[in-house]
Amino acid sequence: MQIFHRSTNTISRATIFGAVFVVAALFWVAATVQRSPYVTYAGVARPQPAPFSHQHHVAGLGIDCRYCHTSVETSSFAGIPPTKTCMNCHSQIWTNAAMLEPVRESYRSGKSLVWNRVNDLPDFVYFNHSIHINKGVGCNTCHGPVDRMPLMYNYASLQMEWCLDCHRAPEKYLRPREQVFNMRYQEPSSSQPVLVDGQPYTDQLSLGMDLVKKYKLRTATDIMSCSTCHR
Amino acid sequence: MRNCRKISLLGALMLLLAGCRQDMHDQPRFKPLAESDFYADLRSARTPVEGTVARGQLHEDTYFYTGKIGNNPGDFMPFPVTEEVLARGRERFDIFCAPCHSRLGDGNGFVPSRGFPRKPPSYHSERLRKAPLGYFFDVISNGFGIMPDYASQIPARDRWCIIAYVRALQLSQNATMADVPSGEKVPSELPRFEEPGSGATLPVVEPKSANSAPEEPK
Ligand code: HEC
Ligand code: HEC
Ligand code: HEC
Ligand code: HEC
Ligand code: HEC
Ligand code: HEC
Repeated sequence: MQIFHRSTNTISRATIFGAVFVVAALFWVAATVQRSPYVTYAGVARPQPAPFSHQHHVAGLGIDCRYCHTSVETSSFAGIPPTKTCMNCHSQIWTNAAMLEPVRESYRSGKSLVWNRVNDLPDFVYFNHSIHINKGVGCNTCHGPVDRMPLMYNYASLQMEWCLDCHRAPEKYLRPREQVFNMRYQEPSSSQPVLVDGQPYTDQLSLGMDLVKKYKLRTATDIMSCSTCHR
Repeated sequence: MRNCRKISLLGALMLLLAGCRQDMHDQPRFKPLAESDFYADLRSARTPVEGTVARGQLHEDTYFYTGKIGNNPGDFMPFPVTEEVLARGRERFDIFCAPCHSRLGDGNGFVPSRGFPRKPPSYHSERLRKAPLGYFFDVISNGFGIMPDYASQIPARDRWCIIAYVRALQLSQNATMADVPSGEKVPSELPRFEEPGSGATLPVVEPKSANSAPEEPK
């Protein structure tokens, strides 16, 4: 007696064949989820004690990053401004605004404002701002269009593959040092050349290659070694 | 049989969950400015104990750190002014002072126009042009009237660089034809600046085109 109909043969073959795709699809889903904002929080704005807007202060008022993030050029840590820095202006401007009450309260009582971290690497990774700034990596290469962020969110995944993509070939991203803080810097193109030492460049690779030499970057093998970031 | 498999699958999943501990991600050390539950004020960053001096913080050179000789502001730079000092001064001035005093130092910066009770004075007034360098140092370090102090944001050396640049601004805004060395041409037009937009403070002289070498700003 035959329990299964003959057509099941085809079905079973198709299933075996199909399983390959099912497994591949599972891997694909896992990889996508792993890189998605659900895991990395990229693009997700965090609530803050005061709704500080980079858009307003940077693009609107033209304040330089270093006015507030004072240690970004010299230390590993960019620095979050103390309440006093806000009060430089807000002791005169918007002194009655309700949204600034936490700031004034902190200034009166001497208690720190507790900002929620947005970009947060795991503690087993070593990161250093000063070297990136001094070798010509722009803030917005890593942090995105900060001047258009009413609330701060992280732009990149901050995953290892993201760091490595640049460390493998930094010339794809380098820009002249004095442009690091310029949120509207544009990569060189023939309509908008970039000047370095009086010489105009029209494409990123030739600019990048020359900057690698000018800023004396180490070889990719050096900065790709595990102990650069896991020390 | 079926149940047995389900249970073991569940067990395996539980084991995986156990791998989700974040001990290495959140190690019990402090990242800068992190919160601490050990100290009463919840700060992991501590101020030095009163009466102690951190290495390199013994301010022996009083003129360098106060701009004063005795009680009077001095009128000389504690280090020679070079092109590098002026460039640094210009950069720092544009970051820290220009929002209120404007890049020209005429007091028409953007921020005071949003609601300061009075705008900053122009640096090009008779009084401030005659003010000694040490006076500016004192204003930056201790504030003046409604102007906040910048002691914590600007290290002493940078304050001096800014002051050198302010003096240069004052000279340039009040220059006459007699100050131009003979043989030098005065450009009849200002160089065209491409505003850097946001974040950056250094203006970029617009390159003429890709092929012709651009003119240096005079
Ligand atoms: C007026 C002061 C001010 C200026 C100017 C400023 N910032 Fe900020 N920045 C802050 C404050 C306060 C926070 C913390 C609150 C938050 O995350 O929004 C912050 C947070 C950030 C963060 C996220 C920190 C984290 O938690 O990971 C980044 C990145 C950042 N700023 C980049 C920039 C860049 C780039 C510029 C210049 C274009 C800039 N900032 C200019 C005050 C400032
Ligand atoms: C250099 C001066 C300056 C500094 C420093 C500064 N602000 Fe402001 N801020 C302003 C001005 C000017 C306005 C807008 C007033 C207007 O547009 O009329 C403003 C507006 C705001 C507003 C409300 C308006 C909005 O839409 O965002 C908040 C909230 C605010 N600031 C928070 C902060 C915090 C927090 C800090 C410290 C990290 C800070 N500011 C530092 C000048 C400053
Ligand atoms: C190479 C990429 C990169 C560049 C360039 C960069 N940042 Fe960051 N930034 C990061 C990473 C990664 C973190 C998270 C660091 C951590 O968690 O320890 C971070 C964190 C920060 C923070 C939070 C405080 C801190 O230091 O952890 C601020 C503020 C900040 N960046 C501002 C800036 C500013 C301003 C610039 C430009 C001058 C800049 N960053 C350039 C990658 C970068
Ligand atoms: C857009 C490019 C770029 C990105 C993204 C980037 N880096 Fe870098 N990084 C550089 C460059 C350029 C250098 C300087 C290399 C040199 O000095 O030769 C550098 C140097 C470093 C150094 C210093 C090495 C040393 O020996 O002093 C560390 C640490 C580092 N990066 C960590 C990271 C980490 C962690 C990330 C990811 C969160 C990251 N970087 C993302 C471009 C980048
Ligand atoms: C440019 C900096 C950089 C270099 C070089 C680097 N890593 Fe990483 N690594 C990172 C960052 C950033 C993370 C955190 C990723 C995240 O949070 O998802 C990470 C995470 C890891 C993890 C995952 C740990 C976990 O539990 O999530 C392992 C394992 C690791 N790295 C091993 C290595 C090895 C092995 C090498 C050398 C071949 C290496 N890394 C080189 C930046 C780097
Ligand atoms: C937040 C806006 C703001 C910033 C930033 C600022 N100032 Fe002022 N400054 C003022 C105001 C307002 C006054 C007028 C104070 C008064 O009359 O009460 C002033 C006055 C002055 C005076 C004149 C003192 C006098 O005798 O009349 C000097 C000098 C000065 N500032 C220097 C600086 C320097 C140098 C910087 C940069 C390090 C700077 N200021 C940054 C707002 C600012």
